[in-house]
Amino acid sequence: MKPLIYLDNAATTKTAGEVVEAMLPYFTEKFGNPSSIYSLGAESKEAVTQARETIAASLGAKANEIYFTAGGSEADNWAIKAAAEAYEDHGRHIITSKIEHHAVLHTCEYLEKKGFAVTYVDVDENGIVKMDALEAAIRPDTILISIMFANNEIGTLQPVREIGELAKKHGILFHTDAVQAYGQLPIDVDACHIDMLSASGHKLNGPKGIGFLYIRKGLRLRSFVHGGGQERARRAGTENVPGIVGLGAAADRALRIMEEKAAKETALRDYLIQRLETEVPYCRLNGDRHRRLPNNVNFSFRFVEGESLLIMLDMEGICASSGSACTSGSLDPSHVLLAIGLPHEIAHGSLRLTLGEETTKEELDRVVEVVKKTVDKLRAMSPLYEDFVREQKEE
Amino acid sequence: MYSEKVMDHFQNPRNMGEIENASGVGTVGNAKCGDIMRIYLDIDENQIIRDVKFKTFGCGAAVATSSMATELVRGKNIREAMQITNQAVAEALDGLPPVKMHCSLLAEEAIHAALWDYAEKHQITIEGLKKPKSDIHEDEEAETEAY
Repeated sequence: MKPLIYLDNAATTKTAGEVVEAMLPYFTEKFGNPSSIYSLGAESKEAVTQARETIAASLGAKANEIYFTAGGSEADNWAIKAAAEAYEDHGRHIITSKIEHHAVLHTCEYLEKKGFAVTYVDVDENGIVKMDALEAAIRPDTILISIMFANNEIGTLQPVREIGELAKKHGILFHTDAVQAYGQLPIDVDACHIDMLSASGHKLNGPKGIGFLYIRKGLRLRSFVHGGGQERARRAGTENVPGIVGLGAAADRALRIMEEKAAKETALRDYLIQRLETEVPYCRLNGDRHRRLPNNVNFSFRFVEGESLLIMLDMEGICASSGSACTSGSLDPSHVLLAIGLPHEIAHGSLRLTLGEETTKEELDRVVEVVKKTVDKLRAMSPLYEDFVREQKEE
Repeated sequence: MYSEKVMDHFQNPRNMGEIENASGVGTVGNAKCGDIMRIYLDIDENQIIRDVKFKTFGCGAAVATSSMATELVRGKNIREAMQITNQAVAEALDGLPPVKMHCSLLAEEAIHAALWDYAEKHQITIEGLKKPKSDIHEDEEAETEAY
């Protein structure tokens, strides 16, 4: 068995040891229900409160603006559906982008079926939302703008502050899916005029199944789950105490190591980009070279198909992902890669490598060698490459 | 996700390559959908498939079905080759995931397209053979995109 090289940290991350340590007592001796009166319950309640405060502080928010959810998708669903319902007397128009996560896109499509109008604004060739298009899309009945903080496939960072300012100027709510950004980049909800923000624990070395929605004080969003008084009666149900404690510990840790981790990953990211660009012919970097997540590398290799590439990398112990149709279970490649203008067959040949804090230069050197070898092998097999070589000869 | 046989044919594809001056060449699929298969046939005067090669752009299942299809037609006469269905290709690979069954269909079509090319070149008719439908060139404008 070859040593595992994990380069899919945008999919999920390893739960950090100190996070697991923090969680464990809340499965066993500190198992109390936070709603209970006795001290065993109070201990759990205190742990939830602490986690909430840690997270609020990390965003420049107040503790009573943080609502725990089962993850990023739930937070996106809640924010968009509840905002649409709460403000539909002001209008029934929503603006989002073409490169959002499906948790946002499919929620918007659901609302379209309910009679809302949705504008999906274009992005430029690097995957950055076009501010002029966004501004032009605003109508008198626009109630919500939902634009992600950073894209999960190509890592592009959106001009969140400008979007927030624009939304504020027009009196429109601004939601951002920060699932990829939270814990990697500093975020200040006030400075960016963010009204709602979604995040997920397992992207920042926290546990799966836990996330949160930041809801600015004063927003009258309906409850996501009706029932008991948990989460200020907006999301009923006994709290996932170990998960919440884990998320709090992960947030605390992420903030502590953020600067150092980002600097290290950015250097490694640029090293990997530079090597692949110079050593693999007919490839292109997807996404903006500079305005991207510190850990995201996304390439398209012409004449090869992504799933084949992933299987061959897996056989070498390398975990990665692709925007090819075969990996999405549909016939179309990634909507993000199509939105930045890639032709279908080039989008099928994409490879996403997302670094983590444990990633080493030696690992990346090995990845470059394997990618080179694998792309060569697949091109030797590719009729598209055969045709391309023949055309080159004829010219 | 894949059977051991699919993985074996993907990792060690049989008959991958080209045949110069092949008796028949067929290309099917569409880069837009992420699958293109090309089959080369070398057919002798007794209408026996002496050699067969393939090239494929596509997923693991696409490569494996191409490889298996070449194994199944090699040494057969063209009438026998016509009998090889996508089901036969999939079964020979110990099955495919449902979403990948279209890959086996592509393999069947690629063989038919190569036989069609052979029939046209030799001005013969092969019973039951229809003109191949798939055309990879409908996306030519996308392929000329500059890098």
